[in-house]
Amino acid sequence: MKKERAVITVNGADHPGIVAAITKILADMGINIEDLSQTVVQDLFTMIVIVDLRGADMIELQDKLNKAGAKQGVQITVQHEDIFKYMHRV
Amino acid sequence: MLFSTEEILETIRMITTEHLDIRTVTLGINLQGCASDDVDVVSKRIHDKITSVAGRLVPEADSIESKYGIPIVNKRVAVTPIATLLDSIADDATHAGIKIAKSLDSAAKSVGIDFIGGYSALVHKGFTRGSTALLNSIPKALTETETVCSSVNVASTKSGINMDAVVKMGEIIKSASPKPINCAKLVTFANAPPDNPFMAGAFHGAGEPESVINVGISGPGVIRAVVEQAENVDLGTLAENIKRTAFKIARVGELVGREMASRLGVKFGIIDLSLAPTPTKGDSVANILEAMGLERCGAHGSTAALALLTDAVKKGGAMASSYVGGLSGAFIPVSEDVGMAEAVAEGAINLDKLEAMSSVCSVGLDMVVVPKDTPAETISAIIADECAIGVVNNKVTGVRIIPTGKEGDYVEFGGLLGGSPVLSVRRFSSAKFVRRGGRIPAPIQSLTG
Repeated sequence: MKKERAVITVNGADHPGIVAAITKILADMGINIEDLSQTVVQDLFTMIVIVDLRGADMIELQDKLNKAGAKQGVQITVQHEDIFKYMHRV
Repeated sequence: MLFSTEEILETIRMITTEHLDIRTVTLGINLQGCASDDVDVVSKRIHDKITSVAGRLVPEADSIESKYGIPIVNKRVAVTPIATLLDSIADDATHAGIKIAKSLDSAAKSVGIDFIGGYSALVHKGFTRGSTALLNSIPKALTETETVCSSVNVASTKSGINMDAVVKMGEIIKSASPKPINCAKLVTFANAPPDNPFMAGAFHGAGEPESVINVGISGPGVIRAVVEQAENVDLGTLAENIKRTAFKIARVGELVGREMASRLGVKFGIIDLSLAPTPTKGDSVANILEAMGLERCGAHGSTAALALLTDAVKKGGAMASSYVGGLSGAFIPVSEDVGMAEAVAEGAINLDKLEAMSSVCSVGLDMVVVPKDTPAETISAIIADECAIGVVNNKVTGVRIIPTGKEGDYVEFGGLLGGSPVLSVRRFSSAKFVRRGGRIPAPIQSLTG
């Protein structure tokens, strides 16, 4: 199956459990993490996760992550990788 | 990582804090096959065709919006200029025009769009029976519908300026103006592009395919942020920075346009590289010029600053897309751009300066409010001036002018149309000049090839 990547971006105040909450949703949906980077600058947590959707429903993923984001008090966006490819790669 | 953290965060910042969006995805639909001598048949065919071709426009746009996390603000439809359908009507074609306008309105509402363009006529060289009927019906058609937008092309570089049409448009604008919003839905053009995705001037012009997706990008807020960051660079470097950002903005338009066209099974037309402001604070073309170093938009130097901006946006955008078209410039609508409206209120900009600025960007005098008692001939003369700029410089110019209130009043239209103070017009008469009528010949530069 052709790779279908999405970029998940998480922003918010740092506290325990953010990574766990997000990776649990990905694992439950059978979505593989291809790359992950995380920084904390002045208590502001930023994480970028690149995943391979492989047939997983993006709308369902967005729904679940939005709910988790609200619970964790962080902003989560899920975008298909093509928007970054188009903007930043020629 | 596939993308650097900076790249990903830059895209997200553009969308969330700098108001980057796709301003419009416009589906052009050919209605020529709907012709009949019976207006009821035409109206039904039009309704059926639009609802079947555009039925999936809104849901597919919404789905693309969430796939890429980029807002698609407007979804719209542009149709074949309706004057061509009125040519074949057997009975009273003016009355038929209003019936067709209502059919367009009803089709637009049933596919869930806020505007449909194409209640239009191309009369730059003269009138047909259908175009005369269409022009006569415009005030009533706009008054009795909500979503229908109208445009009339009265001049072109190849044919000159049809002053009979210009005179007529002054009268039409006056008679449509008791309901001021009518005038916000009516554009008078020189060199109207056949593939412009922006309302109110969108129509599905000659030479276009059966159905087509045209995309209007946005991004004044993004460009303003770039200009603000480049505080201490010279203007050549500034132009370079704008170009790079315009490239990125246009790429998003290209992505969305191609996917939209493929999902609807229609041709991908063009990306319109216009910077389209909104009344949202910061999403303003005027504020970009101010970030370049002008105390207020309208100060001396504004025309030069706008020329730099428009050119840099075009150069960056042209590299980003295989097909560029439409208006492709910077919009300077007064009421829709909060920075522009503020500049008018402070006396920094007037009609004369706006006219000068329109010579270096597309669109012309847009959403300009003038006193209600402005004579029709003065409005025609304003249109003629704007047409002259377009015709001589081989570019698009348009006039969207709203005669309402009195000088010093502030008029609010609401939503994306915004609000504006009433500008002053010259009190000296142009009546005798415009009433001569006839056609101002095409300029010598039309003789190419």
